[in-house]
Amino acid sequence: MRKLFVLCTAGVVFIPSMLGAETAPQDVVFTEHGAVEESLTGVPGDPENGLKIATTKKKGNCMACHTAKGWEHMPLHGNIGPNLSDVANRHDEAELRGIVVNAKHTFHDTVMPSFYNVDNLIRPGDGFTGKPAKEIKPLLSAQEVEDVVALLKTFKESGSE
Amino acid sequence: MNFRARTAAGLAVAALLAIAGAARAESNVDPNPGVELVINGDTPITVRAKAPDYLEGHLDNIYSGWLYRIESTRAMEADDFENPAITFVEEGIDAWNTVEGTEGKSCASCHGDISEGMKGVRARMPAVNENGELWSLEDYINNCRVNRMGAEPYKWDKGPMKNMTAAISMQSRGMPMNVAVDGPAAPFWERGRDMYYTRYGLLQLSCASCHEKNNNNYIRGDHLSQGQIVGFPTYRLKKGGLVSIHNRLKGCIRDTRAETFPIGSQELRELELYVASRGNGLSVEGVAVRP
Ligand code: HEC
Ligand code: HEC
Repeated sequence: MRKLFVLCTAGVVFIPSMLGAETAPQDVVFTEHGAVEESLTGVPGDPENGLKIATTKKKGNCMACHTAKGWEHMPLHGNIGPNLSDVANRHDEAELRGIVVNAKHTFHDTVMPSFYNVDNLIRPGDGFTGKPAKEIKPLLSAQEVEDVVALLKTFKESGSE
Repeated sequence: MNFRARTAAGLAVAALLAIAGAARAESNVDPNPGVELVINGDTPITVRAKAPDYLEGHLDNIYSGWLYRIESTRAMEADDFENPAITFVEEGIDAWNTVEGTEGKSCASCHGDISEGMKGVRARMPAVNENGELWSLEDYINNCRVNRMGAEPYKWDKGPMKNMTAAISMQSRGMPMNVAVDGPAAPFWERGRDMYYTRYGLLQLSCASCHEKNNNNYIRGDHLSQGQIVGFPTYRLKKGGLVSIHNRLKGCIRDTRAETFPIGSQELRELELYVASRGNGLSVEGVAVRP
């Protein structure tokens, strides 16, 4: 249902030939500083869904490590990573996308997981079962990454740019 | 953007990062300065110590997981009347004195009173046996059961084994953890160290990502400790029972969305040795209480 909806809205904005042209994790192009300029899907992200993904354990689980004004009222957020409340003042969309796709290009050796990556994995598992992965899928789908990026773009404190 | 502009922007970002990062706690500092553990008012426990030499460049000091817990949990461990693990310790001591198997022996038949026969044993486990194999305490227990008592081996992660390891750990309470890392233990220890720094799973996190780089920070609601095992087996309030060392190690690897290693596997023995060695100098706590 959601997919259909996305396709419809996208159809209005983009030429049909772009549809379905989703960038595979292996094909993502990073700039020298780890930014990803091009949308992974061509479909605008949905910040509301981004918030769900960011705060759901089996999805982005960004909340495990970060707080942000979008979810600071929820209990149990971590502080391993910086507060994201004004992160859009620090990074533009391409940089934010790069950080979500694979933060290791931006922050060398970071503990932040790479959310759209299937390479260099050691003993990938099947979710939280402890069993080997049946197929290697990135932590988030291309559209989920775009949704999270759309959310991060709203994390902007007015007046400071 | 030319190079100079980029660098300037980079510096600005770095400065902002430092501000934004203020909520992050400093890692590898004493999480609870001045707080001391004395069990039952008479057994002092070393909960902070200088890190062993081989951790140079990684940790300056080592801290027991006890220091990272909230006051009510800490209080439970400080008093055996409050510590829910003690009933399991008592069951373990009963089993110690119970004759089982075809040889008509109990553990006590060979080792005497547990308080004498097992004093200091936990503090040097896991250890290399006479055949050059790395054995955990569980392996030594089952070797006695099978080869000396003619009894069935205990299952590694089931009640009777955890009761026995708890009873045995208790006999080293307050003694400094002191596993051997050199000599015949060296190759096992080195493999365990490699595992400790391997970033497993879809989340690509190593033990060090959480317990060395981020101890004292919060991951979700959990206050991250250094992941020490000096209090194991440990009573977990959440599970309402004892948790073995291998169960905990396996659980942490599973949480990186990785394929884990089986409890009792060679890999987990080696990791156990390395993790135990990171606690050398802290006291064995007997049976700890954790959330
Ligand atoms: C296991 C911990 C962890 C998780 C999970 C995590 N992050 Fe991060 N994140 C970090 C750390 C640590 C940093 C700081 C970079 C560094 O120095 O390593 C960071 C940095 C960032 C930054 C840049 C912040 C800045 O001020 O420059 C953004 C944006 C970000 N994370 C977004 C996310 C989003 C969105 C998710 C979930 C989809 C997420 N993070 C999940 C640990 C994490
Ligand atoms: C994703 C984060 C994460 C990773 C990676 C991780 N752990 Fe943990 N670990 C935790 C949390 C959360 C706890 C519970 C709070 C605490 O004691 O730190 C914990 C607890 C422990 C404990 C119990 C400490 C106590 O005092 O009761 C041990 C031991 C441990 N971890 C060892 C390891 C080892 C060894 C590895 C690597 C194989 C590892 N952990 C990887 C998050 C992690």
